[in-house]
Amino acid sequence: MRIKNVNDLKLIADQYNAELKKYEHTIYVCGGGGCISSKCQDTKNFVDSYIKEQGLSDKVNVIFTGCMGTCAMGPVVLVEPERIYYVHVTPERAKDIIDRQIIGGEVIEEYTFFDANLNKHIPCIDDIPFFAEQVQIVLNKCGKIPFDSIEAYIAKGGFTAVAKAFGMTQQQIIDEVTASGLRGRGGAGFPTGIKWSAGMKAQGDRKCIVCNADEGDPGAFMDRSAIEGDPFCLIEGMMIGGFAIGANNGYVYCRAEYPVAVERFNKALDIAREWGMLGENILGSGFNFDIELRIGAGAFVCGEETALMNSIQGERGEPRQKPPFPFESGLFGCPTIINNVETYYNIAEIINRGADWFAQYGVGKSKGTKVFALAGDVINTGIVEVPMGMSLRKLIFEIGGGITDGMKFKAAQMGGPSGGCITEKNLDTSVDYESLTALGAIMGSGGLIVMGENTCMVDTARFFMQFIQDESCGKCTPCRIGTKRMLEILERITQGKGTLEDLDTLEELSYTIKDTAMCGLGQTAPNPVLSTLANFRDEYEAHIVGKTCPAHICSALAKYYIDPEKCKGCTLCARNCPVQCISGKVKEPHVIDQNKCIKCGACMTNCKFGAVIKK
Amino acid sequence: MSEVAKNPSVAKEEMRADYEKLANVIDLYSGKEGCLIQVLHAAQEIFGYLPFEVQKYVADNMGFSVSYVSSVSSFYSFFSTTPRTKHDVKVCLGTACYVRGGKLLIEKLQEILGIGVGEATADNVFSIHVTRCVGACGLAPVVVVDDDVYKQVKPGDIAGILDQYRGK
Ligand SMILES: Cc1cc2nc3c(=O)[nH]c(=O)nc-3n(C[C@H](O)[C@H](O)[C@H](O)COP(=O)(O)O)c2cc1C
Ligand code: SF4
Ligand code: SF4
Ligand code: SF4
Ligand code: FES
Ligand code: FES
Repeated sequence: MRIKNVNDLKLIADQYNAELKKYEHTIYVCGGGGCISSKCQDTKNFVDSYIKEQGLSDKVNVIFTGCMGTCAMGPVVLVEPERIYYVHVTPERAKDIIDRQIIGGEVIEEYTFFDANLNKHIPCIDDIPFFAEQVQIVLNKCGKIPFDSIEAYIAKGGFTAVAKAFGMTQQQIIDEVTASGLRGRGGAGFPTGIKWSAGMKAQGDRKCIVCNADEGDPGAFMDRSAIEGDPFCLIEGMMIGGFAIGANNGYVYCRAEYPVAVERFNKALDIAREWGMLGENILGSGFNFDIELRIGAGAFVCGEETALMNSIQGERGEPRQKPPFPFESGLFGCPTIINNVETYYNIAEIINRGADWFAQYGVGKSKGTKVFALAGDVINTGIVEVPMGMSLRKLIFEIGGGITDGMKFKAAQMGGPSGGCITEKNLDTSVDYESLTALGAIMGSGGLIVMGENTCMVDTARFFMQFIQDESCGKCTPCRIGTKRMLEILERITQGKGTLEDLDTLEELSYTIKDTAMCGLGQTAPNPVLSTLANFRDEYEAHIVGKTCPAHICSALAKYYIDPEKCKGCTLCARNCPVQCISGKVKEPHVIDQNKCIKCGACMTNCKFGAVIKK
Repeated sequence: MSEVAKNPSVAKEEMRADYEKLANVIDLYSGKEGCLIQVLHAAQEIFGYLPFEVQKYVADNMGFSVSYVSSVSSFYSFFSTTPRTKHDVKVCLGTACYVRGGKLLIEKLQEILGIGVGEATADNVFSIHVTRCVGACGLAPVVVVDDDVYKQVKPGDIAGILDQYRGK
């Protein structure tokens, strides 16, 4: 059917909701990226066929959704109306759940979410701290509706915001967005209303609105989850933006590493066109709008807005000199507004519920919520959305469940290769743009990597610099050559060949690159080094002066020992040592000659008794 | 691949069909602006990689010079000018996977296959690549073989994973 006006939307919503009421139970199977890797498709297929086999098709509704949040526990399943949250649901477990809960009325506690802090299973999703502490605006439909149904989207209030926006003037929409305090979620936090205002005022026969779905920060997967779970919401957000600034063309630039997001978004575009929610005279407003999806090709710098536009144009993804700014001359030379995925996901709710409602969440100049991708050494890895102003401690230890393997917390990296780390002493910092910047970190786009005590901070700095070296486009000298020099120094230090003067050189290079690089990639590249130097100078010194790596990560500085208590004298290590520096008689403890050892680690991999230790 | 090597006439036939596919793609994009990268994606999908002849074909049929097409394709790490091995083993070294031990997986892979990163085994079955985040960071560390994502991989799992692809 083609949706012609607001009445049609209401009709579809009523019909769909009435349809849902027919069922006694609903089984939501997560079809998000994490759960796909855990073979959720098998679970979904099984549930579908088993429900049919049991003759339950008119009593039980099975829905395949986007990410529900706890991605490491996949496949996850939610059963309504009881709202029982099951994890690691293999087809075998799914059979039990259907037999025992759906048919038998019993909750299978041992299959439900296990809370590591409370050391017990928590069956009902509403009682689980991981979910209970969240406020979901961006993700309010992700994981709760079938990602490929426009009717389900409409039934949850979808497209009512754009309908409302069509009844407002461009200025009124922009005023609402400005008043909400929404700031760009792509990293820099630029106020969205101000950007849109510039876009509206810009003169041009044709204007473009672009969505940055490049999500280049390695370790971040928020945008991917939003698009895969609720693609229509991105269409609606961009359409409102397009109407507000007067753009009829939308482009989404998505990285090639996200084939599932590409497939689902393309499908959503087709469906929206078919139903008349993209194309001409949308909802009878007289406004024409369409969106095209363009796929990146593996270049981090293409997340930078001007490089991204070059890439959409089919060119090398090198950044452009600014000015002119995109709102003056952007994509194909037209005035262009570009925003991050998550920024657009806030728009519909702001229009529907108003700026004041939105601004009740957050602190100071940081309004609303922020989605984070929790990863690294944290127990509950996954996707969470919290109000700005929450403390990092609460985010990592209550929602995230703390550090894995009983390790001590060492640092949290925010903002990826452009960001910095937060240490134990600053864990009570409020998560907002200003507080994080004051600590030398940044909000970033939402990647939050938690590091336990077995992470070496010098090696982490080297890791990010290596990443920058690989990804620098090479257009300007400070970034191309400066970061190479920095990488060489960091490599030297991790090999125990650094000097204390190297630390001064690192700082000097950092400031020069920050001041002189052409685009944001180079300008922010030194941040991880500066931030680790400020917080972990003792670790750098341990590598340089003490020739040790306190976290035992840097292999060149490791020392291998054989524990005489554990060694069985099997000789395997000695036979595999490439420099024959292990001696000992059969069935007697062996010894490593530290002067000859080249730290290859072969002895450690070969010993079947765990007798070789690395210190 | 071996089929083609044995019988060049099959190769030609196959190539002809592939070029036809590519021509259709170029047609499909003809009305749209700035589609070179999208066409190159499709070409790589069809041919497995982007040899000179394919880039020349794209250039000729889209009105670009070959040097321009190659300047674009060489900018992006996704495009490759060398043929793919039968199975592509990619180890993620994004931040989350690095912190959770991705480096050990690379070392183990290199040890088992006896090749370095970016190299292919002599029988052209496996090649090792590093990727920077596939968005499965919650499952770190991650290894991707062809399109299959393996989660929370330990060095001890590598041999078993590879075995699933041998002879396939
Ligand atoms: C090297 C570099 C990479 C970037 N990567 C991204 C990205 O992956 N996603 C994103 O939304 N913004 C990224 N940005 C920021 C964009 O340039 C731009 O500021 C942002 O898309 C604007 O949207 P917003 O105002 O909604 O945040 C990057 C910037 C730089 C300098
Ligand atoms: S700062 Fe780096 S990425 Fe940016 S333009 Fe210069 S060389 Fe390219
Ligand atoms: S392999 Fe292990 S047990 Fe055997 S000799 Fe070496 S250290 Fe001892
Ligand atoms: S680390 Fe390598 S060189 Fe050193 S003792 Fe072990 S096997 Fe021999
Ligand atoms: S993908 Fe299923 S919970 Fe995130
Ligand atoms: S860091 Fe490996 S998948 Fe994201």
